[in-house]
Amino acid sequence: MDAYKITTHQYDVVVVGAGGAGLRATMGMAAQGLATACISKVFPTRSHTVAAQGGISAALANMGPDDWRWHFYDTVKGSDWLGDQDAIEYMCREAIPAVVELEHFGLPFSRTEDGRIYQRPFGGMTTKYGEGPPAQRTCAAADRTGHAMLHTLYQQALKHDARFYVEYFALDLIFEEGVCKGVLAWNLADGTLHLFRAQSVVLATGGYGRTYFSCTSAHTCTGDGGGMVLRAGLPLQDMEFVQFHPTGVYGAGMLITEGVRGEGGYLTNANGERFMERYAPSVKDLAPRDMVSRCMTLEIREGRGVGPKKDHIHLHLEHLGAATINEQLPGIAETSRVFAGVDVTREPIPVIPTAHYNMGGIPTNIHGEVVTRKGDNPDAVIPGLMAIGEAACVSVHGANRLGSNSLLDIVVFGRAAAIRAGEVVTPGAKHSTLAADALEPALANFDRLRHANGNLATADIREQMQRAMQADATVFRTGESLRAGAAKVSQVHASFADVKVTDRSLIWNTDLVETLELQNLLGMALTTIYSAENRTESRGAHAREDFPKRDDVNWLKHTLAHVDADGKVRIDYRPVHLTTSGDVAVAPPKERKY
Amino acid sequence: MTEFALPKNSRVQKGKHFPAAADAKSVRTFKIYRWNPDNDENPRLDTYDIDTADCGPMVLHALIKIKNEIDPTLTFRRSCREGICGSCAMNIDGTNTLACTKEISDCHGKQVPIYPLPHMPVVKDLVPDLSQFYAQYASIRPWIRTQSSPPPDRERRQSKADRAKLDGLYECILCACCSTSCPSYWWNGDRYLGPAVLLQAYRWIIDSRDEDSGDRLDNLEDPFRLYRCHTIMNCTKTCPKGLNPAKAIAEIKKAMLARRSA
Repeated sequence: MDAYKITTHQYDVVVVGAGGAGLRATMGMAAQGLATACISKVFPTRSHTVAAQGGISAALANMGPDDWRWHFYDTVKGSDWLGDQDAIEYMCREAIPAVVELEHFGLPFSRTEDGRIYQRPFGGMTTKYGEGPPAQRTCAAADRTGHAMLHTLYQQALKHDARFYVEYFALDLIFEEGVCKGVLAWNLADGTLHLFRAQSVVLATGGYGRTYFSCTSAHTCTGDGGGMVLRAGLPLQDMEFVQFHPTGVYGAGMLITEGVRGEGGYLTNANGERFMERYAPSVKDLAPRDMVSRCMTLEIREGRGVGPKKDHIHLHLEHLGAATINEQLPGIAETSRVFAGVDVTREPIPVIPTAHYNMGGIPTNIHGEVVTRKGDNPDAVIPGLMAIGEAACVSVHGANRLGSNSLLDIVVFGRAAAIRAGEVVTPGAKHSTLAADALEPALANFDRLRHANGNLATADIREQMQRAMQADATVFRTGESLRAGAAKVSQVHASFADVKVTDRSLIWNTDLVETLELQNLLGMALTTIYSAENRTESRGAHAREDFPKRDDVNWLKHTLAHVDADGKVRIDYRPVHLTTSGDVAVAPPKERKY
Repeated sequence: MTEFALPKNSRVQKGKHFPAAADAKSVRTFKIYRWNPDNDENPRLDTYDIDTADCGPMVLHALIKIKNEIDPTLTFRRSCREGICGSCAMNIDGTNTLACTKEISDCHGKQVPIYPLPHMPVVKDLVPDLSQFYAQYASIRPWIRTQSSPPPDRERRQSKADRAKLDGLYECILCACCSTSCPSYWWNGDRYLGPAVLLQAYRWIIDSRDEDSGDRLDNLEDPFRLYRCHTIMNCTKTCPKGLNPAKAIAEIKKAMLARRSA
């Protein structure tokens, strides 16, 4: 192995990732006077939060009656009762101050006639514990809410003078005796390696959409935090729950916000029928995403898809008129023009359910601390390690996330992590001396891949993985296809030993970056498809055709998936938290109908 | 003495040629700037013939196809692939734009030249060093600055008309296409803030919620920071998001005049 010179940095906290969650944690920690570093493989405003469109949910009641308890109920029901109700209570209650705070930070929200934050309806958001009409709960900055939020949070981080390490790729967590001591990272600009010591490392690395061939996610959504956690011997939770967004642009995969349907848009099949009226008579096109994606898939399967191949669906907003489109959905008009060649004021957008969001991730408690099962304790905290945002599984989204709850998740739990760091981290405390070989496994992995000289290009292995996931871990699943898919993904995982990296440089070696990302993605793909094969029920986004019913007797529990060095997946479980503080009643499981 | 010729080591050499497969249906040629910081070689232009019948419609698709299938060492930034993150800004077919929203069929030349954003230090291939650009952004202190406290439990009110003044400004993605298209920024990029950062400055000056526009204007009242804008308008012409930085700069200049005559 090459001898690498390593620069060591000492911080109180280190945040890995600079999307919405990472930036909210970073600014909150810096504002409390903690020595805070944020390392990111992209410049902060390039993070994928920037692509979020429709908005952030909070029961502000600016545009009609609302209550955070109704938001709580909708989220529990949306999660198909797999969400932890203590966490959902925390998120929905904190949503109101979290959104108000964003406005105070200068986020350019759209406004109502009387100057309040504009709110639009979104899927699964209702009033009166599901009994009332749809709620207008999703706070929006036109259809660029994620962009507006990410830039605002970066500005706040600048204000609080947080230290950024931009275009540093995180390689591995450094553990000693079960305590996370820091993170090793690679500076792309000059090829140097850096050890960031911290009393707390916060993983805010986002989702892993790129395990699929077609997804709304950016190229950089590669599950790097999850990959590091698996290599540290820790499990990931509920990985079988992958959200397919109903409206990705057909063929290209870009997201078309649910806000289109929130503003009155609707879906039609080849007969021009608004088919959602048949499946969800009360909420119609504003049913939750897992349902709408299933309905679209059924329509296509039964021969009612649109287009020459009858393989997609139409999304209409031409009836909304140019004025509404220009004010509320200008980004959608642009995306549709560029990527689908469609003028949305005149014709429908061709759409198809597309891999979009990962409900699963690194298990945490409501403070953002990473937990695992240790013996009889299902909530044992891993000292020195936190996880937030899409990388984490708190779990507030359970088996299916409601639209506009992800921007909420990232700010609420980014803030929670900052608050927790303020409680558990001693500013300026001296770091322990690491054992001489503490970095050895991380360096060995980096060095091996850097010099990898096998027969398979990174891009080829990646495509094999993506095609297997696309075919076998999709909207509808069967035991047969999942078993075949799991075998295929295991085979692809094994083939990674034969990977070839062509670029040998240490400076901006994106060939090596993509290979390290692929290593992370493979861990995500394995845990996703094996967890899916293991769960013999249908719940939320996990729809098994061979087990079409939810099974609360056997499966009201979180999956924990470990991966060993040979790529073997071992499954364990954690209980679902069916408790609240008492400010809102626990919502006991019942049939999920809309 | 003034040096009129390029230094020897920055002369771009002819590079390698990667022809398309014999059965390619519709070939388009890309000439791509390559420079490797690890050796002493001059930059070169590699030529890649791509079968567009087997490639997505955008220039980014072609770049990824080259990286995946022909040359994994080709280096460029990319992320969202939908024109919102600003990573893949580069000079394509003579214009600064985003590779992910630039259609191959919209490129005019028979051969499509692709260079990094102009006049920035190159780190490798199509990756420019943007640290100065980011430092200039931070220098305008681009966050809301107020004296009065906001209402404790509620949002500040802002009328729809006041919010509409932010349209065309807040959408900026900091891709740096405009600044690196500006001749004034090329010559005085160390002291002139450039169109992107001035547009961001105006975004806060015009925000009805901000209470520090006096200080923001003071900070720009400088022969270089603001007034190196000579209304060349390349910024507005090149913006891949259709924004108008030149107009924002003109508005700042107007505000300067207005307060002088007040």
